[in-house]
Amino acid sequence: MDFIRKQVDVLKKPFTKGGKLEKLYPAFNAFETMLFVPDHTTSKGSHIRDGVDLKRTMITVIIALVPALFYGMYNTGYQYFIQTNIEFTFLDAVLHGAYKIFPMIAVSYAVGLAIEFAFAVYRNHPVNEGYLVTGLLIPMIMPIDMPLWMLAISVVFAVLIAKEAFGGTGMNILNPALTARAFAFFAYPTFMSGDKVWVSEATNVDGISGETILGTLAANGEVAYSSASMFMGSIPGSVAETSVFFVLIGALLLIITGVGSWRIMLSGVIGASVVGILFNLWGANSLMSFEWYNHLLVGGFAFGIVFMATDPVSAAQTTKGKWIYGFLVGVFCILIRVFNPAYPEGVMLAILLMNVFAPLIDHYVIESNVSMRRKRWQGVKLNTT
Amino acid sequence: MSTDISISNGANLNLKGLASMDLEVAKKSLNYALNPDDFFGLTPRMLVKEGDQVSLGQPIFHDKSDESIKIASPVSGKIIEIVRGAKRKILNIVIKREGDRIVNFKIPALSNIGKDKILELLVESCSLAFIRQRPYNIIARPDRLPKSIFVSIHSTAPYAADYAFILKNRMDEFQTGVDVMSRLIDKPINLSIPHNCESDFTSLQNVDIYKIKGAHPSGNESFQINRIDPLNSGEIVWVIKPEDLANIGSFFKTGIYNPKRTVAVSGDSLKYPKYFDTVIGSSISTLVDSKQLSNSEDYRFINGDPLSGTKVQYSDFLGFYNNTLSVIKEGNQFRMLGWLPFLYNSVPSFSKTSFSWLLGGEKKVNTNLNGEERAIVVTGEMEKYFPMDIFPMQLIKACMRGDIEKMESLGIYEVVPEDFGLVDFSCTSKIEAQEIVKSGIQIMLKEVG
Repeated sequence: MDFIRKQVDVLKKPFTKGGKLEKLYPAFNAFETMLFVPDHTTSKGSHIRDGVDLKRTMITVIIALVPALFYGMYNTGYQYFIQTNIEFTFLDAVLHGAYKIFPMIAVSYAVGLAIEFAFAVYRNHPVNEGYLVTGLLIPMIMPIDMPLWMLAISVVFAVLIAKEAFGGTGMNILNPALTARAFAFFAYPTFMSGDKVWVSEATNVDGISGETILGTLAANGEVAYSSASMFMGSIPGSVAETSVFFVLIGALLLIITGVGSWRIMLSGVIGASVVGILFNLWGANSLMSFEWYNHLLVGGFAFGIVFMATDPVSAAQTTKGKWIYGFLVGVFCILIRVFNPAYPEGVMLAILLMNVFAPLIDHYVIESNVSMRRKRWQGVKLNTT
Repeated sequence: MSTDISISNGANLNLKGLASMDLEVAKKSLNYALNPDDFFGLTPRMLVKEGDQVSLGQPIFHDKSDESIKIASPVSGKIIEIVRGAKRKILNIVIKREGDRIVNFKIPALSNIGKDKILELLVESCSLAFIRQRPYNIIARPDRLPKSIFVSIHSTAPYAADYAFILKNRMDEFQTGVDVMSRLIDKPINLSIPHNCESDFTSLQNVDIYKIKGAHPSGNESFQINRIDPLNSGEIVWVIKPEDLANIGSFFKTGIYNPKRTVAVSGDSLKYPKYFDTVIGSSISTLVDSKQLSNSEDYRFINGDPLSGTKVQYSDFLGFYNNTLSVIKEGNQFRMLGWLPFLYNSVPSFSKTSFSWLLGGEKKVNTNLNGEERAIVVTGEMEKYFPMDIFPMQLIKACMRGDIEKMESLGIYEVVPEDFGLVDFSCTSKIEAQEIVKSGIQIMLKEVG
């Protein structure tokens, strides 16, 4: 370790104050702090600090994403091979998926981090770790056959407009990963919906097609999948959203480590269930009569509520606010699915909508606290006069 | 009569090297010092010059804006140096111990002493400095009496001194202090004790006893005040540290200003962490034997507990209000891949992203920041260590902006920077909550008063 440290110190020299590459220090710092937790000691405030930092928090989210990502790779291959009637093994399916997904991840990280580094150098602040999660989330919520240049443009839009324009990590109003998806959804609709985008190579090979369950329902079609396959995830859909089982493994890690808000997850499920049950009772069309528990299993609901709605920056920040926010994400997700067949998946728009309203929810929660305190003050004034 | 109060939320940091219940009389310091920075909101105006002879209890400086706020010399001696920093700011007033001169006051019989006389004696003897006023935690102003007075025996900060132990042999003086102060406000003093306290505080007169159950920061007066008699806009309360109240009691018994300090000296590198009987402003070298430490450069000396104390050097002096002196290792080492979750579990962490919380026992700490400062991202973690009906993160943000109206409505009057010690500790983004709140309070003090 000492040897590596010494090498890093040698490399660091030009980047330190007075060095030739002084301006690029934030970029160097990002790599250095990845390798070593720095030797900084406390100067103000508490003299001792918790071992946790933002890097650890973000890496925990990435670990939580891995099961869903791995299953997404397998499912990509699986959907492809069962349609082409080629014999395949588990490994074949995973390799096919990896071959398709890794370039997406590479592009997302390369483009997004390049912008993050550029802004860090320009504004002379350290590179924030937030994009490590965003950069992995974006390819996971896109259709598998999305051209890489579209992915790159979506990333540029998300990082520039949704994040840096507001002041960078911690200041954004909308979830950047969902903004990337929303951008792609409206800019390139033919690549984001229909029956030719959800299965690998469907755009190139004539015989392959696959409609998502929600798409089928919106077109008043028959659903050919059982609840079990919806739960396990062997259905067409965006890369890593299909398997509720593997999303739940990630959710468990987020809840145990306290990194993801269980309140938002639970209230989201409650919100979606309540509206789902109400629609089941109404039952005017196939989307309404689609069993409420299946609503929780299909589409991106599970993935969205676990990994997107819980983004602490764009979600509500107060405890009470989190309950309200999560509940409304669930409610709007099902409402959009049922009432707006043009957007068969409602979770993306529901979360973005609630992102916008989260500060308002927090405002009222905080106002109630403020007015409680004011009332106490006034009570005292009345007593003394 | 006692009332039980349970304060949930919060957490205890069980650090290795807590002072054992063993009291030693410290050797007498050669030099003593007063640091005006110990008194929040006070701008010193010197009453003595370098070379002047001073007596024990003689005022050394007073507040520029209020002459009744005076700080007394803790010892009879000679002013040998007034250490100044940038812009001639006074850093330390160093007094060399010599002679045996004492300022004496004539105390009337306590049975029929009047409020005005009590206040006058407190001001003239400089004992008023032992009393601090909320909001803002400044030295109490004698022109306005508080609605109530709080004393907390319950101390929960890591390494914090055990006041029941400190007061064990001073209950008589403590009772006198209680009597005098309760006479001043015509009602009993609010005394908080730990729920499992076995000492004889229950036999005290003129106190309302509150048995507090809870982890840190339930020992901080702010959280107790909030539950017992919340502070409203325009109101003031006084807070007195238990030993300071005994010192006040001692003054009213003898007529002599009492600067006694019992200090818990704690630290995992110390061979025998224990209590020392000494005097305000004593040199730290009389409390910590340098032979116990390999190289004093590698250690941080803290006047107070590690969460909210003040950093000092080995050559410095004990602070005015400190019953705790902490010695911890400096953490200026790199840690390879130290951010990986579930690795380095020996670093104390409340976060479940390491197994630290599963491992019991006493923890070793150092001053490493364990990361770098970042924008606030994680929400909901500050509330876990702030058991009050205040939104800590929103209040911190209001302080950052210097938004007076927001600070007021979010409850700045009810907090002091120390209350954010655990928020500082546990913050994922490593923000300096205490510094931010302090700057907010400074703005309030200047603009609202």
